[in-house]
Amino acid sequence: MKAVLPYLSQILEGLLTTVEITAASILLAVVMALAAGLLRSAGPVPFRQIAAVYVEVFRGSSLLVQMFWIYFVLPAFGLQLSAFAAGVLTLGLNVGAYGAEVVRGAILAVPRGQIEAAVALGFPPATRLRRILFPQALPRMIPPLGNLAIELLKGTALVSLITIHDLTFRAQMVRSVTLETGVVFGLVLFLYLLLALTITGLVQVVERRVRKSYGVPRHAG
Amino acid sequence: MPVELSWDWGYAVSCLPALLRGLGVTLQAMLAGYALALGLGLVWALLRRAAPAPVARATVGFIELVRSTPLLVQLYALYFLLPEVGVSPSALTVGILGLGLHYSAYLSEVYRAGLDAVPREQWEAARALSLGAPRTYRSVVLPQAVPPMIPVMGNYLVSLLKDTPLLSAITVVEMLHRAKIQGSESFRYVEPVTLVGVAFLVISLAAGGVIRRAEARWSSVEGHPR
Amino acid sequence: MTRPAGIPMIEFDGVTKRFGETVIFEGFDFRVNREEKLALIGPSGSGKTTVLRILMTLEPIQDGVVRLDGEPLLHEEKNGVLVPAGKAHLTRMRQRVGMVFQQFNLFPHMTVLRNLTEAPIHVQGMGKEEAREEAMRLLDMVGLAGRAKARPHELSGGQQQRVAIARALAMHPKVMLFDEPTSALDPELVGEVLGVIDVLRQERDLTMLLVTHEIWFAERFADRICFFDKGRIIEEGTPEELLHHPREKRTREFLRAIMDHT
Repeated sequence: MKAVLPYLSQILEGLLTTVEITAASILLAVVMALAAGLLRSAGPVPFRQIAAVYVEVFRGSSLLVQMFWIYFVLPAFGLQLSAFAAGVLTLGLNVGAYGAEVVRGAILAVPRGQIEAAVALGFPPATRLRRILFPQALPRMIPPLGNLAIELLKGTALVSLITIHDLTFRAQMVRSVTLETGVVFGLVLFLYLLLALTITGLVQVVERRVRKSYGVPRHAG
Repeated sequence: MPVELSWDWGYAVSCLPALLRGLGVTLQAMLAGYALALGLGLVWALLRRAAPAPVARATVGFIELVRSTPLLVQLYALYFLLPEVGVSPSALTVGILGLGLHYSAYLSEVYRAGLDAVPREQWEAARALSLGAPRTYRSVVLPQAVPPMIPVMGNYLVSLLKDTPLLSAITVVEMLHRAKIQGSESFRYVEPVTLVGVAFLVISLAAGGVIRRAEARWSSVEGHPR
Repeated sequence: MTRPAGIPMIEFDGVTKRFGETVIFEGFDFRVNREEKLALIGPSGSGKTTVLRILMTLEPIQDGVVRLDGEPLLHEEKNGVLVPAGKAHLTRMRQRVGMVFQQFNLFPHMTVLRNLTEAPIHVQGMGKEEAREEAMRLLDMVGLAGRAKARPHELSGGQQQRVAIARALAMHPKVMLFDEPTSALDPELVGEVLGVIDVLRQERDLTMLLVTHEIWFAERFADRICFFDKGRIIEEGTPEELLHHPREKRTREFLRAIMDHT
């Protein structure tokens, strides 16, 4: 176990990189989820179809394959991204596609009567979505999106395979030097668990705030 | 900068045999891994329900740990740890073990929800008829619990399939690894990696269609076939 | 622009409405005059609710023309030809019709006051202060001025429905539609809602259509009652005529069945 101590700082650097990638990817994923989810729910037909294709393609193929494609294949089409950018882009687009379905599902789950009342009052479609449907859908979205954030965290480990020195990469490195498999991976698993719990905690804070502003007690109105 | 859309069909076709061999390994890993996950998942679910408190709690802790940490790290851990405790399975076996273990944690939750969804009255009726635990599960509970779970289980199978490329990191020569080998040999990654991506897409879309039909048949609204 | 008094407020001209394979009505004609108070009664599925929903542009029609205040509702006139209405036309026409739903459908994430001001501000472009004042006036009229800051789930069903009426009125529609407004209420709350509808009947120049099972109220409320069955108006007349001297056998059957339950 002592053998690992000098390498602790390297592991923590890896942790920092993982946090950076996670944060940046979550940002992109949220943007994509909202854009694609809203477009699919209520956008003009051509946009709906584009959003649908985006969602199906990214949900339907493997995250690692997508990451490889973006990092190794895109250069052949003229787009060379840094490993960090490729990683964040892949994670954001991939998890964003799953998020889009969560957003769409939450909007569809708003009771039909709300749409009809909004129509009856003369709200045009965009205003309807913005002021009546989306605020009611928001509280329902948060828990599943929180789960997706955890999935994203787990996905960041794959960036170690496209040369990013994240926590997983550092774990591999330190293990190969110290040969302390149990200690190193035990520690790293624990650190990921800690990150996951942090994310869960943050999501709960967000959920509480959203419920206060837009929350609807669970009984028919 | 003009986008250079070069696609060599001849080369793409020449990649196919190698990729198909990789697909074979991919499918092996998927099926064996999923079978393991199905079995272990049920074990964890039953332990949670019926084992003494410390064991149940340990099971919950284990499930949480596995579900909250990356599969890749778990694979590395198994790959390097097992030889140290005297076992030297093939890389594919380690991969199957890792996949099975990881997904058993997810599936145990599905089992748990499915079992919880069976109304209490059913358990009580079985007890009133003095059916023992094994028979209760076999004849009364599982037949009612399983059908609504099938679509969710199907989704996890597809997820597992999409995770098989991770096995390339522990030297399993599945489809993506084959693509990498092809790419590094001929310096053209476009065709092999794209083909692999399309392969996964096609398989998961097809599987998605099957799952949606299963969902329509076994919607969990009433918990029995329509 | 007010039309000459002769033109009906609402006109259905040869309207056909289908839900998939099921025909609700075919070649349906219907007229409601300006400021008329009309009650629609009849068994479930007879088409009376569908008439309201079509007027509120919640349902499309397959054939025929619906006119509101002389103007086509679901169609637009382009170069002398009637084409399906565009979004702008529908938005404009919708504001002339208000609807009160059986399930109230108040916006749960807004206070009572905001429920009333949201549409005037964001659809009609009214100023915030003006909308607030008008909303408070309407809440006062329905007897709920003190609950302006409450959320819908804090109110009883009867109170929510009264808010829903005020909300519809806030858009100053020419036509008010009531789709079984008391059917979802506990019996003791029915009276407060019907009381408000009664007040509306007396004080305002509104064309009102009421679908209801409360026959005693229909009698009090309506200038004319229409009895619907299977997508057709079997009989219509003043409350005195239709309820006490029905001519059609089907009408008599229906009224007898209803009375037996009262």
